[in-house]
Amino acid sequence: MKDLVARMRARIKQLPHPNLFCAGALITAAIVLMVVVGLFYMPYGPTVMSPDRMQGISLQHLMGTDKMGRDVLSRVMYGSRITLLVALGTMIIGAGTGVLVGAITGYYGGIADEIVMRVMDVLFAFPNVLLALIFVSLFGSGTFKVMWALGISFIPSFARVVRSEYIRCKHLDYIKNARLQGVGNLRVIFVHILPNVSGVLLSNLLIGFNNAVLAEAALSFLGIGSQPPFASLGQMIAEAQAIFFRVPSAVLGPGFVVVLIVLGFSLMGEGIRGTSEGLE
Amino acid sequence: MRYILKKIASTLITLLVVSVVLFMSFQLISGDPATRMLGTSATPERLEALRAELGLDKPLIIQYLSWLQAFVRGDLGTSYVYKQSVAGLLATKVPVTLWLAGISFVLMCALALPAGVYTAKHAGSPTDRVLMVANQVIMAIPPFFSGILISWLFGMVLRLFSPGGFVSYERSFWGFVGYLVFPAIAIALPRAAQVAKLLRGSILEEAGKNYTRTAYSRGNTTSGVLYGHVLKNAFLPVLTFLGMSLANMLAGSLVVERVFGIPGISTTLLSSIGNRDYPVVLAIVMWIAVVIIVINLIVDILYRVLDPRIAEEG
Repeated sequence: MKDLVARMRARIKQLPHPNLFCAGALITAAIVLMVVVGLFYMPYGPTVMSPDRMQGISLQHLMGTDKMGRDVLSRVMYGSRITLLVALGTMIIGAGTGVLVGAITGYYGGIADEIVMRVMDVLFAFPNVLLALIFVSLFGSGTFKVMWALGISFIPSFARVVRSEYIRCKHLDYIKNARLQGVGNLRVIFVHILPNVSGVLLSNLLIGFNNAVLAEAALSFLGIGSQPPFASLGQMIAEAQAIFFRVPSAVLGPGFVVVLIVLGFSLMGEGIRGTSEGLE
Repeated sequence: MRYILKKIASTLITLLVVSVVLFMSFQLISGDPATRMLGTSATPERLEALRAELGLDKPLIIQYLSWLQAFVRGDLGTSYVYKQSVAGLLATKVPVTLWLAGISFVLMCALALPAGVYTAKHAGSPTDRVLMVANQVIMAIPPFFSGILISWLFGMVLRLFSPGGFVSYERSFWGFVGYLVFPAIAIALPRAAQVAKLLRGSILEEAGKNYTRTAYSRGNTTSGVLYGHVLKNAFLPVLTFLGMSLANMLAGSLVVERVFGIPGISTTLLSSIGNRDYPVVLAIVMWIAVVIIVINLIVDILYRVLDPRIAEEG
């Protein structure tokens, strides 16, 4: 155990910006803690209404209540669970498929690569939320369908990055060496090249996860995705927008949680990638 | 010149492919427009007659070609819900989104370019650190949240505009622009943060290269090197992002139009998806695709003009 901690500390110290990474990890840990606690205990039921409508922050309601008297904190705990789950599913679908598409097109090249990447270029240029919205209009609404729609809309960004990495890697000496030894194409793609792509992939996963959180929040703000009465962060903000001037806490609570989720992951990403020279 | 022609040709092919994919997918999901227009109680004969009139009895490829022909001429079909031509419907919405995008883009550049240059020039200074941390936070704020905060700050506290009280440009042009400035801030801020960060990183990277050292050794001042030598090269990676941002802004901001109650194309798109008004959805999505693809073309050509080295490579 002690050994593990020491090794992790050494790893973190090697990062370009250990302080940024730690700050991000701390924020993310706090959010994850809130979600995990929410699995077992919430102060009130997320859909339970009470006569205490539109209350500000108090000891009974740490984030106040909304216009139906529901406890905002409990709804935020439930909503962030949904948001994180959808973002995670989006990444698994988007990154998984994207890596597959990028690896195969980048490795083999040719006319199929040309056509697939043309389509990917166009899809990539569409805003994620819009693309997901088009898929939702094709498939229908609901939490899982939104996850699929978002997942598909994230494929191009991963496919592009992974493809260019494969194009770079496939001409390197160690790959030529492996092929001369008779290693098959599939094994070269997944066993020999994939580990070398993982660094680029990790920082893209962190950025992608953030974009997925923002896109999910935007979609649920527009009323697509998790359906009422179940809470999702974007939808809570949309509902509370009308009463923002009377009870700001009903908007600020879920709003700040979205900001913190995104900030946590983006700081971790900064710490790993080190694009903020001179920050520390 | 040959390069530009080649690019335009490949852009046209991309547009064609996208239009085929979009047309086919909307044909598949939209079902039978004849039943939709006449209702389920219509007699088979009347349905058949309307299908023949609309050209729905012909093969898909013929339908596509006649749709494309009409589309190019500006005939975008008829809305199921509003019973008016889609072109007429969009003619009032597109200018709103165009203006919003234009104002957002100008704001974004006005905020980001000086900030990027300043932070790069003073990298490591306290101002730089504060701005970079602020950047990270701004990037994390979703536009609908910042939109609500902006309408609270400028609408309720400072009373500079009335949230939700959209002014159409026919009524008062300056009122219209004055209203759009605030949603434009919500759209521009997170992108400005990204551009500033990108520009700063790019300048710092160029500043480490040999030609910069040569420029210094020839007696140039910091500003001389920065504005005369580094900036032009550092701007190239930023250009792609600026192009993408402009395309996204022109595609319309779904959430910001909702927060501020702006009747642009995103609002129309959302309500049309809700109403299953597919001719309108198809027209708007096609318009967005055209905008995105054309802007990509312009960025590619600009790139070539700014950096002739790319010409030699390919």
